[in-house]
Amino acid sequence: MSNDGLASAAGASEIAVSRRSFLQVAAAASGGLLVSIVFPGFAKRAAAASDGDFNPSGFVRIGSDGSVTLTMPYVEMGQGTYTSIPTLIAEELEVDLAQIRLEHAPPNEKLYGNPLLGGVQATGNSNAVRASWQPLREAGATARTLLIAAAAKRWGVDAATCHASSGVVHHAASGRSAGYGDLAADAARIPAPEKVTLKPAASFKLIGKPTKRLDAPAKVDGAALYGIDARPHGVKVATLAQSPVFGGRLKRVDDSAAKRIRGVRQIVRLDDAVAVVADHMWAAKRGLAALELEWDDGPHAKLSTQDVARELEAATLEPGAVAQSLGDAESAMASAATQVEATYAVPFLAHAAMEPMNCTAHVRKDGCEVWVGSQVVARAQAVAAKAAEVPLEKVIVHNHLIGGGFGRRLEVDGVARAVEIARHVEGPVKVVWTREEDIQHDMYRPYFFDRISAGLDESGRPAAWIHRFAGSSIMARWLPPAFQNGIDPDTVEGAIDLVYDLPNLRVEYARVEPPGIPTAFWRSVGPSHNVFVTESFVDELAVAAKKDPVEYRRALLDKSPRARAVLDLAAEKAGWGRALPRRTGLGVSVQHVFASYLAQVAEVEVSDEGLIRVRRVVCAVDCGTVVNPDTVQAQMESGIIFGLTAALHGEITLKAGRVEQANFDSYPVLRMNEAPAVDVHILQSGNSPGGIGEVGTSAVAPAVTNAIFAATGTRVRKLPVAASALKLGA
Amino acid sequence: MAFGINVNGTSHSVDVDGDMPLLWVLRDVLGMTGTKFGCGRALCGACTVHLDGAAIRSCLFPIAKVGESTITTIEGVGATPVGRRVQAAWLAHEVVQCGYCQPGQIMAASAFLTRNPHPSDTDIAGAMAGHLCRCGTYLRIREAVKSAAQSRETAEPRE
Repeated sequence: MSNDGLASAAGASEIAVSRRSFLQVAAAASGGLLVSIVFPGFAKRAAAASDGDFNPSGFVRIGSDGSVTLTMPYVEMGQGTYTSIPTLIAEELEVDLAQIRLEHAPPNEKLYGNPLLGGVQATGNSNAVRASWQPLREAGATARTLLIAAAAKRWGVDAATCHASSGVVHHAASGRSAGYGDLAADAARIPAPEKVTLKPAASFKLIGKPTKRLDAPAKVDGAALYGIDARPHGVKVATLAQSPVFGGRLKRVDDSAAKRIRGVRQIVRLDDAVAVVADHMWAAKRGLAALELEWDDGPHAKLSTQDVARELEAATLEPGAVAQSLGDAESAMASAATQVEATYAVPFLAHAAMEPMNCTAHVRKDGCEVWVGSQVVARAQAVAAKAAEVPLEKVIVHNHLIGGGFGRRLEVDGVARAVEIARHVEGPVKVVWTREEDIQHDMYRPYFFDRISAGLDESGRPAAWIHRFAGSSIMARWLPPAFQNGIDPDTVEGAIDLVYDLPNLRVEYARVEPPGIPTAFWRSVGPSHNVFVTESFVDELAVAAKKDPVEYRRALLDKSPRARAVLDLAAEKAGWGRALPRRTGLGVSVQHVFASYLAQVAEVEVSDEGLIRVRRVVCAVDCGTVVNPDTVQAQMESGIIFGLTAALHGEITLKAGRVEQANFDSYPVLRMNEAPAVDVHILQSGNSPGGIGEVGTSAVAPAVTNAIFAATGTRVRKLPVAASALKLGA
Repeated sequence: MAFGINVNGTSHSVDVDGDMPLLWVLRDVLGMTGTKFGCGRALCGACTVHLDGAAIRSCLFPIAKVGESTITTIEGVGATPVGRRVQAAWLAHEVVQCGYCQPGQIMAASAFLTRNPHPSDTDIAGAMAGHLCRCGTYLRIREAVKSAAQSRETAEPRE
């Protein structure tokens, strides 16, 4: 990782380009032009730091050789970030996408902190494009303006008579031209403009076009490097067993048989885990299997999922923290013509990314080096420093492509583990978790229990809506300042901000942490649970009001034209209202989460045995301005299939404190033969971009279960869908 | 003991136990990391390579059983006409997302198309259903396999 910094304070001029971000422009150490971005709230810290030993890296570096290097603050884990973010720069800088070289950002929260995630250097919450939309285009425009100014000065012409394209500045009148590389050093000496004008949407050359992914070629010929592919010189391979019960301790190890296995080098005992270090993974796995282990299971030895469910259900009988209160829900409920009540539950879920958890670490006396694919590289550095007991600046982290994140790699438990093991090992060691270890020591999407009720007026409209739910808060642990007054903004997303006109609404949340079960963000986070509950319940209200589910929703969307537009489009494209074969139904869902509007219609067939076939999902999305329509399409397909895995198969259960699922046989993932057709329709919009990585996931479960109701008359209020309840006559 | 194996046309000698799965020989001994570890139990297909052109799950396939057969991995499949077509189709259809399972998907698809050059949708789903993709790229995989089959028809007359 190159770390060209601001060459000197004298060469730098800091200017405020807009109220949203600061750009710093300077000469790069290599002689080119460097443009950095400092986000508001971090500007002061970064400016203070730059006086001392802090040497910031640039976002965009134009080398004297004409190379354009973008330091990527957001990691690529499949969502297309490595294409969409460069597109924003390239559009304004006037270079071709193919000219841009990407570097993983080093850990540095002052420079690369995500302004939409409390300043944590994190890729998550479907907000990379949202966070970059304005500042990266401004960075590109600033660099372009300076390069044109440098050319104009050199030629003694008015900058307004010059233009840039494909990395070259042209002066049409005289036919002169100069490449960016040739101009970069001069450009760095020109004061940055106070203000840059961004292109109007009509002039976009790249934004809104179906650009090919920049990361694809290396991913089809085996060249792409993920964390698990790191092979520093002399690396050994380790695999591990952590206490089968969360919170347990390692009591006794007999490693005599393991040590006799060829290739096994070392057994590392930790307080709550044991690792076998070997020449290769096969010896490590065999060594682990040959260990005789005795554990002290600790306080959670008897824990079962039923215990957790009971505790959460009981918590919803007491008032929770008020997450949203509109009008007077209690009075409106009391005077309603009809009352409808239901309870819902969703299970613990594993992430089960295809790349199993892994991290390579080399701990030396004076520092530590880490190779990993992380959504939070600065946190990886911090936890490694702590585990290795070395200063933060002595930890080098090499970030990698991620073989599936889904929230799992927003956690750094795997980095801590690898460093703890590496402290006992001479040279670098790659710690690879088996699939079983990955599933059984995940940090899970929390179990939630919901109690929800509504009061309908004579016309069937909801006059009152009261929703209370209980479950773990990730934010309270992950970013404590974001947890205020008992409310976790992620956990309540999708419950407090419904698209419908609900004049009297109260939503309460009770934070209940399940004992001994670690929880974490999981693709679509709060909405993964809330949209299932609320969109199922709206469907129940439509039934109680004897109305068609689409018509019922539509009547509640007068104040949300964007939601109504996606609903109308999805219903139309799905052929809502058409005749269907027996035990086949259409179900709908509408949501506004991650700043995007989405409606889905699922067509589901239920066999007499209760087996479910999702035939088609029609999806209408309004995610504001689209950077890459093919990525939006791909993320809808991806989110829908990910959500279907959860709705139809996903469930982590515990018995005697142990996770019962272990591999893809007991924790099945949707397969090609189960995948529905997916039709995606994108609405044209001039609004700011919304998120697209997670929205498809939250919308699909209620669309499917509402379709199951339409097909069978059975309401699914607990996930995953149980085939036994859908058997004919059940 | 020492085993001689031919991978992508290159001969190697590896001194390992005979029960060592080919996956770890490729990744940890030969340093060819394109072939991926996903489950270790032949449940996901990420580790798929070719043995004399047929798809095998390298995570359970012992090195001692390779014998004189030749091995092709994702690093070498582009040298075969069918592998080249499949990789090109993968790019044309923008299949990849995280990409981790795709080496196995591509190896499975190219072996399948060699065996069945004119597959139906049902054939494709049947052949590829054992290959998991957590990003849910199945719809594009199906289209890519179909277009790789069709590009064969355009490029070469039917046998």
